[in-house]
Amino acid sequence: MIVDLQRFITAGRPLWAELERMLDRLEAEPDLRMTLPQLQLFHHLYERTAADLAKITTLSSEPETRRYLENLVARAYGEIHETREKRRRFFPVKWFFQTLPQTFRRHVRAFYLSVAITVAGCAFGGLAIAFDPDAKPVLMPFSHLLQDPAKRVAEEEKATQDRLAGFKTTFSVELMTHNTQVSIFTLALGMTWGVGTIIMLFYNGVILGAVAVDYIQAGQTKFLLGWLMPHGVVEIPAILIAGQAGLMLALALIGRGSRASLRTRLREISGDIVTLIFGVGVLLVWAGFVEAFLSQYHEPVIPYEAKIAFGTVELILLSLFLAKSGTNKKADPGNQDQ
Amino acid sequence: MKTSALFIRTPEGIVFSQWLAGPVTRFIAWFIDQLCISVALSILGIALHLLELINWNFAVALNVISYFVISIGYGIFFEWSWRGQTIGKRLLRLRVVDVEGMRLQFNQIVVRNLLRCVDALPAFYFVGGLTCWLSPRCQRLGDLAANTVVVRNPRVAEPDLDQMLAGKYNSLRQYPHLAARLRQRVSVTEADVALQALLRREEFDPAARVELFGKLAGHFRARVEFPDEATDGVADEQYLRNVVDVLYRTHPETRAATGQPQ
Repeated sequence: MIVDLQRFITAGRPLWAELERMLDRLEAEPDLRMTLPQLQLFHHLYERTAADLAKITTLSSEPETRRYLENLVARAYGEIHETREKRRRFFPVKWFFQTLPQTFRRHVRAFYLSVAITVAGCAFGGLAIAFDPDAKPVLMPFSHLLQDPAKRVAEEEKATQDRLAGFKTTFSVELMTHNTQVSIFTLALGMTWGVGTIIMLFYNGVILGAVAVDYIQAGQTKFLLGWLMPHGVVEIPAILIAGQAGLMLALALIGRGSRASLRTRLREISGDIVTLIFGVGVLLVWAGFVEAFLSQYHEPVIPYEAKIAFGTVELILLSLFLAKSGTNKKADPGNQDQ
Repeated sequence: MKTSALFIRTPEGIVFSQWLAGPVTRFIAWFIDQLCISVALSILGIALHLLELINWNFAVALNVISYFVISIGYGIFFEWSWRGQTIGKRLLRLRVVDVEGMRLQFNQIVVRNLLRCVDALPAFYFVGGLTCWLSPRCQRLGDLAANTVVVRNPRVAEPDLDQMLAGKYNSLRQYPHLAARLRQRVSVTEADVALQALLRREEFDPAARVELFGKLAGHFRARVEFPDEATDGVADEQYLRNVVDVLYRTHPETRAATGQPQ
């Protein structure tokens, strides 16, 4: 095909410019809804530009024009052939009370797996401490946990000064950011076909089980519940949900029982993973506040019964939230799984 | 198979390509981004230092949270606001795009940025760099999970043809239909070889230069046969100049039509 370049460019230029204008507008205004005539024009311009690109691709000259047309066609192609829902305005309340719990329920099997791994870790950590108390320094890398539980409880209950005075906000923020980082890492390790996520969940379980058995053996069950429950009933599920997201990633990578391509499988869960990890972030902000402002205060400042009751109420509310919030009786997406 | 370009075929049968960015270019872009993050944190640190005088606890908490938000949110914010670019990527003309050419979604940007913590293991993005090097589309783990690739949009450098061609008379232009046929028959690679030979002509030994231009002129003469009066007495090197002039140099009218500088 012989192309009269001058005429070709002169004829095509106004159409390319119009397409570029429409693309700029579409990209600048994500909420823009085109009318039918605008859509028809957009489609026509895309097809014309794509045809022009096909013509000029065979030519050695005009590399700039070719790159320009390739760029235009690439941008228009993404707009025309995209079938995923376009991002509309973000409604935080709707997202929190509907999207998040619905997403959680849609992948609840991964959550159960996450719980099972953590429980296995708990059992291992608990048994290890029960049979070999000397393993404590190996299982618990935190110095404040290595102390004798009874001695610690006595010290905490005798304390007359607020050791977190003037430091609570910083402590709270440090807890939030640290736990969020651990959660993101747990999610990201899903890319190791889930091996890293499983190790993280299991290890968290080991520490939790070891601490629990250590305090129970020392006869400090009430203190343990009063200390851990106010923040733990939110923090631990948050880590489990991060594990759920990591396992979803791993299951998509493995693709067992699915005929879809790897790319499709990953594309399908990408939005849900983001929803879950943002949900984890919200839960951890709450847990961080509670841990800094409530969990660290014991009797006689706050009765253990009150703290346990607070934790129980939180647990019930969180369970109801995850199980029921955003439920549509006619079509509950929570009944489906991956 | 590892490729240097991402080819996308549209349902209409049109193929367009985007050049993939390599690990080294991406590492430099990342390094620039880290510098930007450091500068932002330093400025914030100075501001918060003043706040410490009023409320130490609040200032330190704000510092911790700012560090966390900026270090994680920097990539997400810029890639979403600038359609796949951060400051480093913009400077190096890189862009994150969907692997299938679709519109880049917010979810994809978040996933690829959150997975940086694994790509960065054990240090200096070793895992990410290795995966990028091994991956056919030069994707790190975050890109694989998010279905994204990083492409580069190099500025197509316009060679200084006026200086090289020295405004000499081009006998081939007297035959516009044959010149058009030459443009149609010569591939992009062949045209580039001719152009590069002319641009580097001073680097060759005299004998090698004569031999090379002889071969190239012979090759292009065989592509399209011009009448004898257009080629008689034209040296091989001049013939190649004329060919490059036909292939690359646009008429002033065409430049005006495309909006290119004169």
